Amino acid sequence: MTDPILVVSGLHAYYDKSHILNGVDLSVGSGEIVSLLGRNGVGRSTMIKAIMGQVIRSGSIQFKGEAIESLPTYQISRRGLGYVPENREIFPDLTVRQNLLLGIKSGRASSRWSERDMYNLFPRLEERVNAPAGVLSGGEQQMLTLCRTLMGDPDLIMIDEPTEGLAPKIVEQMAGLFEEISSRGISILLVEQKLTIALKISNRVYVMGHGNIVFHGTPEELDANATVRQEWLEV
Amino acid sequence: MEFFLVTLLNSLSYGLLLFMLSSGLTLIFSMMGVLNFAHASFYMLGAYFAYQIGAYTGFWIALFLAPLVVGVIGAFTERFGLRAVHRFGHVAELLFTFGLAYVIEEVVHLVWGRAPVNYRIPERLDFTLFTLFTTQYPAYRAFMMLVSVVMLITLYLLLTRTRVGLIVQASLTHPSMVEALGHNVPRVFMFVFAGGCALAGLAGVLGGNMFITEPGMAFAVGSIVFVVVVFGGMGSLVGAFIASLIIGAIQTFSVALNLSLLDFLNLFGLSISEDSFWHSGLSITISQTAPVLPYLLMVLMLIVRPRGLMGNRET
Repeated sequence: MTDPILVVSGLHAYYDKSHILNGVDLSVGSGEIVSLLGRNGVGRSTMIKAIMGQVIRSGSIQFKGEAIESLPTYQISRRGLGYVPENREIFPDLTVRQNLLLGIKSGRASSRWSERDMYNLFPRLEERVNAPAGVLSGGEQQMLTLCRTLMGDPDLIMIDEPTEGLAPKIVEQMAGLFEEISSRGISILLVEQKLTIALKISNRVYVMGHGNIVFHGTPEELDANATVRQEWLEV
Repeated sequence: MEFFLVTLLNSLSYGLLLFMLSSGLTLIFSMMGVLNFAHASFYMLGAYFAYQIGAYTGFWIALFLAPLVVGVIGAFTERFGLRAVHRFGHVAELLFTFGLAYVIEEVVHLVWGRAPVNYRIPERLDFTLFTLFTTQYPAYRAFMMLVSVVMLITLYLLLTRTRVGLIVQASLTHPSMVEALGHNVPRVFMFVFAGGCALAGLAGVLGGNMFITEPGMAFAVGSIVFVVVVFGGMGSLVGAFIASLIIGAIQTFSVALNLSLLDFLNLFGLSISEDSFWHSGLSITISQTAPVLPYLLMVLMLIVRPRGLMGNRET
Protein backbone atom coordinates (compact mmCIF):
# COMPACT_ATOMS: atom_id res chain seq x y z
CA MET A 1 0.00 0.00 0.00
CA THR A 2 1.16 3.55 -0.76
CA ASP A 3 1.09 6.22 1.99
CA PRO A 4 -2.32 5.96 3.61
CA ILE A 5 -4.74 8.80 2.91
CA LEU A 6 -7.54 7.29 5.03
CA VAL A 7 -7.03 5.21 8.15
CA VAL A 8 -10.06 3.93 10.03
CA SER A 9 -9.55 2.07 13.27
CA GLY A 10 -11.97 0.59 15.77
CA LEU A 11 -14.99 2.16 14.05
CA HIS A 12 -18.38 1.50 15.62
CA ALA A 13 -21.61 2.82 14.09
CA TYR A 14 -25.21 2.80 15.22
CA TYR A 15 -28.68 3.33 13.78
CA ASP A 16 -30.78 4.28 16.79
CA LYS A 17 -30.12 1.35 19.13
CA SER A 18 -28.86 -1.07 16.45
CA HIS A 19 -25.13 -1.62 16.58
CA ILE A 20 -24.10 -1.93 12.90
CA LEU A 21 -20.29 -1.71 12.81
CA ASN A 22 -18.28 -3.53 15.47
CA GLY A 23 -14.86 -1.94 15.55
CA VAL A 24 -13.86 -1.93 11.87
CA ASP A 25 -10.25 -1.28 10.74
CA LEU A 26 -9.64 -0.18 7.16
CA SER A 27 -7.18 1.93 5.21
CA VAL A 28 -6.89 3.41 1.73
CA GLY A 29 -3.56 4.47 0.20
CA SER A 30 -2.94 7.51 -2.01
CA GLY A 31 -4.08 6.83 -5.56
CA GLU A 32 -5.30 3.37 -4.61
CA ILE A 33 -8.58 1.73 -5.62
CA VAL A 34 -9.90 -0.26 -2.67
CA SER A 35 -13.13 -2.26 -2.83
CA LEU A 36 -15.39 -3.05 0.08
CA LEU A 37 -17.30 -6.23 -0.69
CA GLY A 38 -19.98 -8.20 1.08
CA ARG A 39 -23.61 -9.16 0.95
CA ASN A 40 -26.47 -6.73 1.46
CA GLY A 41 -26.98 -5.60 5.04
CA VAL A 42 -23.49 -6.35 6.38
CA GLY A 43 -22.73 -2.66 6.97
CA ARG A 44 -20.81 -1.56 3.87
CA SER A 45 -22.94 1.53 3.17
CA THR A 46 -23.03 2.33 6.88
CA MET A 47 -19.22 2.24 6.83
CA ILE A 48 -19.11 5.03 4.24
CA LYS A 49 -21.84 7.00 5.99
CA ALA A 50 -19.96 6.69 9.27
CA ILE A 51 -16.78 8.04 7.65
CA MET A 52 -18.85 10.96 6.23
CA GLY A 53 -20.36 11.66 9.66
CA GLN A 54 -23.92 10.84 8.63
CA VAL A 55 -24.57 8.22 11.31
CA ILE A 56 -23.71 8.06 15.01
CA ARG A 57 -20.20 6.62 15.30
CA SER A 58 -17.22 6.19 17.58
CA GLY A 59 -13.63 5.19 16.90
CA SER A 60 -10.80 6.85 15.05
CA ILE A 61 -10.88 8.17 11.46
CA GLN A 62 -7.74 9.85 10.12
CA PHE A 63 -7.88 11.59 6.74
CA LYS A 64 -4.63 13.00 5.34
CA GLY A 65 -3.21 12.69 8.85
CA GLU A 66 -5.99 14.66 10.52
CA ALA A 67 -8.61 13.27 12.91
CA ILE A 68 -12.03 13.85 11.30
CA GLU A 69 -14.29 11.69 13.49
CA SER A 70 -15.77 14.62 15.37
CA LEU A 71 -16.20 16.98 12.38
CA PRO A 72 -19.58 17.74 10.79
CA THR A 73 -20.21 16.28 7.31
CA TYR A 74 -19.61 19.47 5.36
CA GLN A 75 -16.23 19.98 7.02
CA ILE A 76 -15.22 16.40 6.19
CA SER A 77 -16.23 17.00 2.58
CA ARG A 78 -14.28 20.27 2.43
CA ARG A 79 -11.12 18.43 3.51
CA GLY A 80 -11.28 16.45 0.28
CA LEU A 81 -13.51 13.45 0.93
CA GLY A 82 -16.04 12.88 -1.82
CA TYR A 83 -19.16 10.73 -1.41
CA VAL A 84 -21.37 9.22 -4.10
CA PRO A 85 -24.38 7.65 -2.37
CA GLU A 86 -26.08 4.44 -3.35
CA ASN A 87 -29.46 5.97 -4.18
CA ARG A 88 -27.82 8.63 -6.38
CA GLU A 89 -29.60 11.56 -4.77
CA ILE A 90 -29.50 13.89 -7.74
CA PHE A 91 -31.44 17.13 -7.30
CA PRO A 92 -34.35 16.29 -9.63
CA ASP A 93 -35.79 19.79 -10.14
CA LEU A 94 -32.44 21.37 -10.97
CA THR A 95 -30.86 21.06 -14.40
CA VAL A 96 -27.88 18.81 -15.13
CA ARG A 97 -25.60 21.85 -15.20
CA GLN A 98 -26.98 23.21 -11.91
CA ASN A 99 -26.40 19.80 -10.32
CA LEU A 100 -22.78 19.90 -11.49
CA LEU A 101 -22.25 23.46 -10.25
CA LEU A 102 -23.49 22.49 -6.80
CA GLY A 103 -20.63 20.02 -6.62
CA ILE A 104 -18.13 22.88 -6.59
CA LYS A 105 -17.16 23.88 -3.07
CA SER A 106 -17.42 27.55 -2.15
CA GLY A 107 -14.12 29.40 -2.04
CA ARG A 108 -12.07 26.81 -3.96
CA ALA A 109 -9.73 28.49 -6.45
CA SER A 110 -8.65 25.57 -8.61
CA SER A 111 -9.75 22.03 -9.29
CA ARG A 112 -8.37 18.99 -11.07
CA TRP A 113 -11.68 18.78 -12.91
CA SER A 114 -13.54 21.28 -15.05
CA GLU A 115 -17.12 21.22 -16.26
CA ARG A 116 -15.68 20.52 -19.74
CA ASP A 117 -13.89 17.40 -18.42
CA MET A 118 -17.25 16.02 -17.29
CA TYR A 119 -18.80 16.51 -20.72
CA ASN A 120 -15.76 14.90 -22.35
CA LEU A 121 -16.11 11.90 -20.04
CA PHE A 122 -19.86 11.65 -20.56
CA PRO A 123 -21.00 13.41 -23.77
CA ARG A 124 -24.56 12.36 -22.91
CA LEU A 125 -24.54 14.83 -20.01
CA GLU A 126 -23.64 17.70 -22.34
CA GLU A 127 -26.53 16.80 -24.63
CA ARG A 128 -28.90 17.10 -21.68
CA VAL A 129 -27.18 19.96 -19.91
CA ASN A 130 -30.33 22.08 -19.53
CA ALA A 131 -32.74 19.22 -18.82
CA PRO A 132 -34.04 18.70 -15.27
CA ALA A 133 -31.94 15.96 -13.73
CA GLY A 134 -35.10 14.11 -12.68
CA VAL A 135 -35.86 13.08 -16.27
CA LEU A 136 -32.47 11.38 -16.86
CA SER A 137 -32.21 7.61 -17.07
CA GLY A 138 -30.74 5.64 -14.17
CA GLY A 139 -27.36 5.35 -15.89
CA GLU A 140 -27.26 9.06 -16.71
CA GLN A 141 -28.18 9.92 -13.14
CA GLN A 142 -25.33 7.74 -11.90
CA MET A 143 -22.89 9.56 -14.21
CA LEU A 144 -24.23 12.90 -12.99
CA THR A 145 -23.85 11.97 -9.32
CA LEU A 146 -20.27 10.87 -9.88
CA CYS A 147 -19.40 13.97 -11.92
CA ARG A 148 -21.05 16.23 -9.34
CA THR A 149 -18.79 14.82 -6.63
CA LEU A 150 -15.71 15.07 -8.90
CA MET A 151 -16.46 18.79 -9.44
CA GLY A 152 -15.68 19.23 -5.73
CA ASP A 153 -12.11 18.02 -6.44
CA PRO A 154 -11.90 15.25 -3.82
CA ASP A 155 -8.63 13.50 -2.96
CA LEU A 156 -10.53 10.34 -2.01
CA ILE A 157 -13.90 9.45 -3.46
CA MET A 158 -16.18 6.89 -1.79
CA ILE A 159 -18.66 5.35 -4.22
CA ASP A 160 -21.56 3.24 -3.01
CA GLU A 161 -22.87 0.56 -5.42
CA PRO A 162 -22.30 2.60 -8.60
CA THR A 163 -23.16 -0.18 -11.01
CA GLU A 164 -26.36 -1.41 -9.38
CA GLY A 165 -29.20 -1.67 -11.89
CA LEU A 166 -27.11 -0.39 -14.80
CA ALA A 167 -26.79 -1.88 -18.28
CA PRO A 168 -23.55 -3.89 -18.87
CA LYS A 169 -22.27 -1.31 -21.37
CA ILE A 170 -22.57 1.51 -18.84
CA VAL A 171 -21.00 -0.66 -16.15
CA GLU A 172 -18.00 -1.09 -18.44
CA GLN A 173 -17.89 2.67 -19.01
CA MET A 174 -17.98 3.20 -15.24
CA ALA A 175 -15.07 0.84 -14.66
CA GLY A 176 -13.07 2.78 -17.26
CA LEU A 177 -13.92 6.03 -15.49
CA PHE A 178 -12.69 4.71 -12.14
CA GLU A 179 -9.34 3.95 -13.69
CA GLU A 180 -9.26 7.44 -15.23
CA ILE A 181 -10.03 8.99 -11.83
CA SER A 182 -7.32 6.90 -10.21
CA SER A 183 -4.80 7.92 -12.88
CA ARG A 184 -5.25 11.54 -11.75
CA GLY A 185 -3.98 10.57 -8.30
CA ILE A 186 -7.39 10.29 -6.65
CA SER A 187 -8.02 7.37 -4.30
CA ILE A 188 -11.24 5.39 -4.56
CA LEU A 189 -13.10 3.42 -1.91
CA LEU A 190 -15.64 1.39 -3.81
CA VAL A 191 -18.59 -0.46 -2.31
CA GLU A 192 -19.50 -3.15 -4.82
CA GLN A 193 -21.47 -6.33 -5.19
CA LYS A 194 -20.21 -7.21 -8.65
CA LEU A 195 -17.11 -9.23 -7.86
CA THR A 196 -15.81 -9.20 -11.43
CA ILE A 197 -15.45 -5.41 -11.58
CA ALA A 198 -13.99 -5.15 -8.11
CA LEU A 199 -11.40 -7.82 -8.83
CA LYS A 200 -10.52 -6.24 -12.17
CA ILE A 201 -9.87 -2.66 -11.08
CA SER A 202 -8.96 -2.82 -7.36
CA ASN A 203 -5.51 -2.72 -5.79
CA ARG A 204 -6.84 -4.25 -2.58
CA VAL A 205 -10.16 -5.64 -1.38
CA TYR A 206 -11.91 -5.91 1.97
CA VAL A 207 -14.77 -8.32 2.60
CA MET A 208 -17.31 -7.44 5.28
CA GLY A 209 -19.60 -9.73 7.25
CA HIS A 210 -21.78 -8.98 10.28
CA GLY A 211 -20.34 -5.50 10.85
CA ASN A 212 -16.70 -6.65 10.75
CA ILE A 213 -13.92 -7.11 8.20
CA VAL A 214 -13.66 -10.85 7.52
CA PHE A 215 -11.05 -10.74 4.76
CA HIS A 216 -8.41 -8.30 3.58
CA GLY A 217 -5.99 -8.84 0.71
CA THR A 218 -5.26 -8.40 -2.97
CA PRO A 219 -7.82 -9.32 -5.67
CA GLU A 220 -5.64 -12.31 -6.56
CA GLU A 221 -5.69 -13.54 -2.95
CA LEU A 222 -9.48 -13.26 -2.83
CA ASP A 223 -9.80 -14.99 -6.18
CA ALA A 224 -7.75 -17.87 -4.78
CA ASN A 225 -9.69 -18.06 -1.51
CA ALA A 226 -12.80 -20.08 -2.32
CA THR A 227 -13.81 -20.39 1.34
CA VAL A 228 -14.18 -16.63 1.87
CA ARG A 229 -16.00 -16.20 -1.43
CA GLN A 230 -18.45 -19.00 -0.65
CA GLU A 231 -19.07 -18.02 2.95
CA TRP A 232 -19.26 -14.24 2.62
CA LEU A 233 -19.87 -13.28 -0.97
CA GLU A 234 -21.73 -15.82 -3.05
CA VAL A 235 -25.49 -15.91 -2.81
CA MET B 1 -68.85 45.67 -11.95
CA GLU B 2 -67.55 48.28 -9.55
CA PHE B 3 -68.01 45.90 -6.64
CA PHE B 4 -66.26 43.14 -8.51
CA LEU B 5 -63.23 45.19 -9.56
CA VAL B 6 -62.71 46.82 -6.17
CA THR B 7 -63.09 43.52 -4.31
CA LEU B 8 -60.76 41.85 -6.79
CA LEU B 9 -58.08 44.46 -6.13
CA ASN B 10 -58.58 44.10 -2.37
CA SER B 11 -58.38 40.33 -2.58
CA LEU B 12 -55.20 40.58 -4.64
CA SER B 13 -53.47 42.80 -2.09
CA TYR B 14 -54.63 40.53 0.76
CA GLY B 15 -53.62 37.40 -1.16
CA LEU B 16 -50.13 38.77 -1.81
CA LEU B 17 -49.78 39.59 1.88
CA LEU B 18 -50.81 36.01 2.72
CA PHE B 19 -48.16 34.75 0.31
CA MET B 20 -45.49 36.78 2.07
CA LEU B 21 -46.39 34.84 5.21
CA SER B 22 -46.98 31.43 3.69
CA SER B 23 -43.87 31.47 1.47
CA GLY B 24 -41.61 31.59 4.53
CA LEU B 25 -43.63 28.97 6.36
CA THR B 26 -43.63 26.57 3.44
CA LEU B 27 -39.88 27.03 2.79
CA ILE B 28 -39.11 26.29 6.42
CA PHE B 29 -41.39 23.27 6.34
CA SER B 30 -39.84 21.83 3.17
CA MET B 31 -36.34 22.22 4.46
CA MET B 32 -36.63 21.21 8.08
CA GLY B 33 -39.85 19.21 8.08
CA VAL B 34 -41.10 21.45 10.87
CA LEU B 35 -44.38 23.31 10.75
CA ASN B 36 -43.43 26.50 12.56
CA PHE B 37 -46.36 27.29 14.86
CA ALA B 38 -44.72 30.56 15.85
CA HIS B 39 -44.59 31.84 12.26
CA ALA B 40 -47.52 34.21 12.66
CA SER B 41 -45.99 35.45 15.92
CA PHE B 42 -43.10 36.80 13.84
CA TYR B 43 -45.73 38.56 11.71
CA MET B 44 -47.06 40.14 14.89
CA LEU B 45 -43.56 41.14 16.02
CA GLY B 46 -43.03 42.82 12.64
CA ALA B 47 -46.10 44.99 13.21
CA TYR B 48 -45.17 45.91 16.80
CA PHE B 49 -41.54 46.61 15.93
CA ALA B 50 -42.60 48.81 13.02
CA TYR B 51 -44.93 50.69 15.37
CA GLN B 52 -42.17 51.11 17.97
CA ILE B 53 -39.27 51.87 15.63
CA GLY B 54 -41.54 54.09 13.51
CA ALA B 55 -42.33 56.20 16.56
CA TYR B 56 -38.66 57.30 16.57
CA THR B 57 -37.62 57.06 12.93
CA GLY B 58 -40.80 57.29 10.91
CA PHE B 59 -42.41 54.58 8.77
CA TRP B 60 -39.86 54.30 5.97
CA ILE B 61 -36.90 53.35 8.11
CA ALA B 62 -39.13 51.05 10.17
CA LEU B 63 -40.19 49.34 6.94
CA PHE B 64 -36.59 48.13 6.52
CA LEU B 65 -35.49 47.83 10.12
CA ALA B 66 -38.44 45.93 11.60
CA PRO B 67 -38.20 42.89 9.24
CA LEU B 68 -34.44 42.90 9.76
CA VAL B 69 -34.81 42.74 13.55
CA VAL B 70 -37.45 40.00 13.20
CA GLY B 71 -35.05 38.11 10.90
CA VAL B 72 -32.25 38.34 13.46
CA ILE B 73 -34.59 37.03 16.18
CA GLY B 74 -35.51 34.22 13.76
CA ALA B 75 -31.83 33.38 13.24
CA PHE B 76 -31.26 33.20 17.00
CA THR B 77 -34.41 31.09 17.40
CA GLU B 78 -33.08 28.55 14.90
CA ARG B 79 -29.47 28.57 16.06
CA PHE B 80 -30.03 28.34 19.81
CA GLY B 81 -33.55 26.92 20.03
CA LEU B 82 -34.63 24.67 17.18
CA ARG B 83 -31.15 23.29 16.53
CA ALA B 84 -30.81 22.31 20.17
CA VAL B 85 -34.08 20.36 20.20
CA HIS B 86 -33.55 18.93 16.69
CA ARG B 87 -31.93 15.73 17.99
CA PHE B 88 -35.11 14.92 19.94
CA GLY B 89 -37.12 14.72 16.71
CA HIS B 90 -39.91 16.61 14.98
CA VAL B 91 -42.37 16.41 17.86
CA ALA B 92 -39.95 18.24 20.12
CA GLU B 93 -39.39 20.87 17.41
CA LEU B 94 -43.12 21.28 16.94
CA LEU B 95 -43.67 21.71 20.67
CA PHE B 96 -40.82 24.22 20.79
CA THR B 97 -42.42 26.45 18.14
CA PHE B 98 -45.80 26.01 19.83
CA GLY B 99 -44.36 27.20 23.15
CA LEU B 100 -42.52 30.02 21.43
CA ALA B 101 -45.80 31.37 20.02
CA TYR B 102 -47.15 31.67 23.58
CA VAL B 103 -43.93 33.24 24.86
CA ILE B 104 -44.01 35.88 22.11
CA GLU B 105 -47.66 36.63 22.81
CA GLU B 106 -46.95 37.09 26.52
CA VAL B 107 -43.96 39.31 25.79
CA VAL B 108 -46.19 41.45 23.56
CA HIS B 109 -48.75 41.65 26.41
CA LEU B 110 -46.03 42.71 28.83
CA VAL B 111 -44.42 45.34 26.62
CA TRP B 112 -47.34 46.82 24.69
CA GLY B 113 -50.36 45.71 26.73
CA ARG B 114 -53.51 43.90 25.68
CA ALA B 115 -55.20 46.74 23.82
CA PRO B 116 -54.48 47.54 20.14
CA VAL B 117 -51.67 50.03 19.57
CA ASN B 118 -52.01 53.11 17.43
CA TYR B 119 -49.96 51.91 14.45
CA ARG B 120 -51.17 54.09 11.60
CA ILE B 121 -50.72 54.25 7.87
CA PRO B 122 -48.00 56.85 7.11
CA GLU B 123 -49.38 60.23 6.12
CA ARG B 124 -47.56 60.27 2.81
CA LEU B 125 -49.44 57.14 1.74
CA ASP B 126 -52.77 58.08 3.30
CA PHE B 127 -54.53 59.36 0.20
CA THR B 128 -56.75 58.13 -2.60
CA LEU B 129 -54.70 56.79 -5.46
CA PHE B 130 -57.55 56.64 -7.98
CA THR B 131 -61.30 56.52 -8.09
CA LEU B 132 -62.85 53.44 -9.63
CA PHE B 133 -66.41 54.36 -10.64
CA THR B 134 -67.42 55.76 -7.25
CA THR B 135 -64.97 53.89 -5.00
CA GLN B 136 -61.84 55.65 -3.82
CA TYR B 137 -58.91 53.24 -3.87
CA PRO B 138 -56.40 53.90 -1.06
CA ALA B 139 -52.76 54.39 -2.05
CA TYR B 140 -51.56 52.24 0.86
CA ARG B 141 -53.22 49.12 -0.55
CA ALA B 142 -51.45 49.72 -3.85
CA PHE B 143 -48.20 50.22 -1.94
CA MET B 144 -48.76 46.88 -0.17
CA MET B 145 -49.18 45.20 -3.52
CA LEU B 146 -46.07 46.88 -4.90
CA VAL B 147 -43.89 45.76 -1.98
CA SER B 148 -45.35 42.22 -2.19
CA VAL B 149 -44.66 41.96 -5.92
CA VAL B 150 -41.10 43.30 -5.51
CA MET B 151 -40.57 40.75 -2.73
CA LEU B 152 -42.02 37.97 -4.89
CA ILE B 153 -39.72 38.77 -7.82
CA THR B 154 -36.69 39.11 -5.53
CA LEU B 155 -37.42 35.77 -3.88
CA TYR B 156 -37.86 34.11 -7.27
CA LEU B 157 -34.60 35.54 -8.65
CA LEU B 158 -32.73 34.71 -5.45
CA LEU B 159 -33.89 31.09 -5.52
CA THR B 160 -33.42 30.44 -9.22
CA ARG B 161 -30.54 32.66 -10.34
CA THR B 162 -28.03 32.60 -7.50
CA ARG B 163 -25.74 29.89 -6.19
CA VAL B 164 -27.16 30.33 -2.69
CA GLY B 165 -30.64 29.88 -4.17
CA LEU B 166 -29.57 26.62 -5.83
CA ILE B 167 -28.13 25.37 -2.54
CA VAL B 168 -31.42 26.25 -0.81
CA GLN B 169 -33.47 24.52 -3.52
CA ALA B 170 -31.33 21.39 -3.34
CA SER B 171 -31.46 21.43 0.47
CA LEU B 172 -35.27 21.48 0.36
CA THR B 173 -35.28 17.88 -0.80
CA HIS B 174 -31.80 16.42 -0.14
CA PRO B 175 -30.17 18.23 2.80
CA SER B 176 -27.77 15.43 3.71
CA MET B 177 -26.49 15.14 0.13
CA VAL B 178 -25.96 18.89 -0.11
CA GLU B 179 -23.95 18.76 3.10
CA ALA B 180 -21.90 15.84 1.76
CA LEU B 181 -20.94 18.11 -1.17
CA GLY B 182 -19.32 20.47 1.31
CA HIS B 183 -22.04 23.07 1.85
CA ASN B 184 -22.74 24.27 5.37
CA VAL B 185 -26.35 23.11 5.50
CA PRO B 186 -26.96 24.00 9.17
CA ARG B 187 -26.09 27.59 8.28
CA VAL B 188 -28.36 27.45 5.21
CA PHE B 189 -31.16 26.26 7.54
CA MET B 190 -30.52 29.21 9.82
CA PHE B 191 -30.63 31.72 6.97
CA VAL B 192 -33.79 30.22 5.49
CA PHE B 193 -35.47 30.29 8.89
CA ALA B 194 -34.32 33.88 9.42
CA GLY B 195 -35.42 34.85 5.90
CA GLY B 196 -38.84 33.26 6.40
CA CYS B 197 -39.25 35.14 9.69
CA ALA B 198 -38.12 38.40 8.08
CA LEU B 199 -40.74 37.94 5.35
CA ALA B 200 -43.38 37.35 8.02
CA GLY B 201 -42.08 40.48 9.76
CA LEU B 202 -42.39 42.48 6.55
CA ALA B 203 -45.97 41.23 6.15
CA GLY B 204 -46.57 42.43 9.72
CA VAL B 205 -45.17 45.88 8.95
CA LEU B 206 -47.53 46.19 5.97
CA GLY B 207 -50.55 44.42 7.43
CA GLY B 208 -50.31 45.84 10.96
CA ASN B 209 -51.41 49.33 10.00
CA MET B 210 -53.71 48.22 7.18
CA PHE B 211 -55.69 46.04 9.56
CA ILE B 212 -55.03 46.16 13.31
CA THR B 213 -52.00 45.69 15.57
CA GLU B 214 -53.05 43.83 18.71
CA PRO B 215 -51.93 40.69 20.59
CA GLY B 216 -54.61 38.52 18.95
CA MET B 217 -53.38 39.25 15.42
CA ALA B 218 -50.96 36.32 15.36
CA PHE B 219 -53.65 33.81 16.19
CA ALA B 220 -56.12 35.36 13.74
CA VAL B 221 -53.76 35.30 10.77
CA GLY B 222 -51.84 32.17 11.82
CA SER B 223 -54.73 29.80 11.26
CA ILE B 224 -55.40 31.28 7.80
CA VAL B 225 -51.75 30.88 6.85
CA PHE B 226 -51.89 27.21 7.84
CA VAL B 227 -54.95 26.83 5.62
CA VAL B 228 -52.99 28.40 2.75
CA VAL B 229 -50.01 26.09 3.22
CA VAL B 230 -52.15 22.93 3.52
CA PHE B 231 -54.36 23.97 0.59
CA GLY B 232 -51.41 24.84 -1.63
CA GLY B 233 -49.49 21.71 -0.67
CA MET B 234 -46.94 21.51 2.11
CA GLY B 235 -43.55 22.59 0.85
CA SER B 236 -44.61 24.03 -2.50
CA LEU B 237 -43.90 27.71 -3.14
CA VAL B 238 -46.00 27.78 -6.32
CA GLY B 239 -48.82 26.03 -4.45
CA ALA B 240 -48.58 28.56 -1.63
CA PHE B 241 -48.77 31.41 -4.16
CA ILE B 242 -51.88 30.07 -5.89
CA ALA B 243 -53.51 29.15 -2.56
CA SER B 244 -52.76 32.61 -1.12
CA LEU B 245 -54.55 34.29 -4.03
CA ILE B 246 -57.51 31.85 -3.86
CA ILE B 247 -57.96 32.09 -0.08
CA GLY B 248 -57.43 35.86 -0.26
CA ALA B 249 -60.17 36.12 -2.90
CA ILE B 250 -62.56 33.82 -1.03
CA GLN B 251 -62.16 35.75 2.21
CA THR B 252 -62.46 39.16 0.60
CA PHE B 253 -65.39 38.32 -1.66
CA SER B 254 -67.30 36.36 0.97
CA VAL B 255 -67.28 39.11 3.60
CA ALA B 256 -68.54 41.55 0.98
CA LEU B 257 -71.39 39.37 -0.32
CA ASN B 258 -74.57 39.87 1.63
CA LEU B 259 -76.51 37.24 -0.26
CA SER B 260 -78.14 34.10 1.08
CA LEU B 261 -79.56 30.93 -0.47
CA LEU B 262 -82.96 32.44 0.18
CA ASP B 263 -82.15 35.34 -2.16
CA PHE B 264 -81.00 32.81 -4.74
CA LEU B 265 -84.28 30.90 -4.48
CA ASN B 266 -86.23 34.15 -4.70
CA LEU B 267 -84.48 34.78 -8.00
CA PHE B 268 -86.35 31.76 -9.39
CA GLY B 269 -89.61 32.86 -7.86
CA LEU B 270 -89.43 30.40 -4.98
CA SER B 271 -90.21 31.76 -1.57
CA ILE B 272 -90.06 30.10 1.82
CA SER B 273 -92.19 31.43 4.62
CA GLU B 274 -90.59 32.69 7.79
CA ASP B 275 -92.38 29.98 9.79
CA SER B 276 -90.70 27.25 7.76
CA PHE B 277 -88.13 24.99 9.40
CA TRP B 278 -85.65 25.76 6.59
CA HIS B 279 -86.03 29.53 6.72
CA SER B 280 -83.37 30.31 9.32
CA GLY B 281 -80.83 28.01 7.71
CA LEU B 282 -81.38 29.30 4.20
CA SER B 283 -81.30 32.94 5.25
CA ILE B 284 -77.66 32.75 6.43
CA THR B 285 -75.71 35.12 4.20
CA ILE B 286 -72.37 34.32 2.56
CA SER B 287 -70.74 37.07 4.63
CA GLN B 288 -71.94 35.30 7.79
CA THR B 289 -70.18 32.11 6.67
CA ALA B 290 -67.03 33.99 5.65
CA PRO B 291 -64.92 33.09 8.70
CA VAL B 292 -65.51 29.36 8.24
CA LEU B 293 -65.15 29.16 4.44
CA PRO B 294 -61.32 28.85 4.28
CA TYR B 295 -61.39 26.00 6.81
CA LEU B 296 -64.18 24.30 4.91
CA LEU B 297 -62.07 24.55 1.80
CA MET B 298 -59.10 23.07 3.63
CA VAL B 299 -61.16 20.12 4.88
CA LEU B 300 -62.47 19.54 1.35
CA MET B 301 -58.93 19.65 -0.01
CA LEU B 302 -57.74 17.17 2.61
CA ILE B 303 -60.53 14.78 1.65
CA VAL B 304 -60.15 15.09 -2.12
CA ARG B 305 -56.39 15.65 -2.46
CA PRO B 306 -54.50 15.27 0.82
CA ARG B 307 -51.20 16.52 -0.61
CA GLY B 308 -52.76 19.85 -1.58
CA LEU B 309 -52.72 21.67 -4.92
CA MET B 310 -49.02 21.33 -5.74
CA GLY B 311 -47.56 19.41 -2.81
CA ASN B 312 -45.51 16.29 -3.29
CA ARG B 313 -45.99 14.76 0.13
CA GLU B 314 -48.88 12.55 1.05
CA THR B 315 -49.20 13.91 4.57
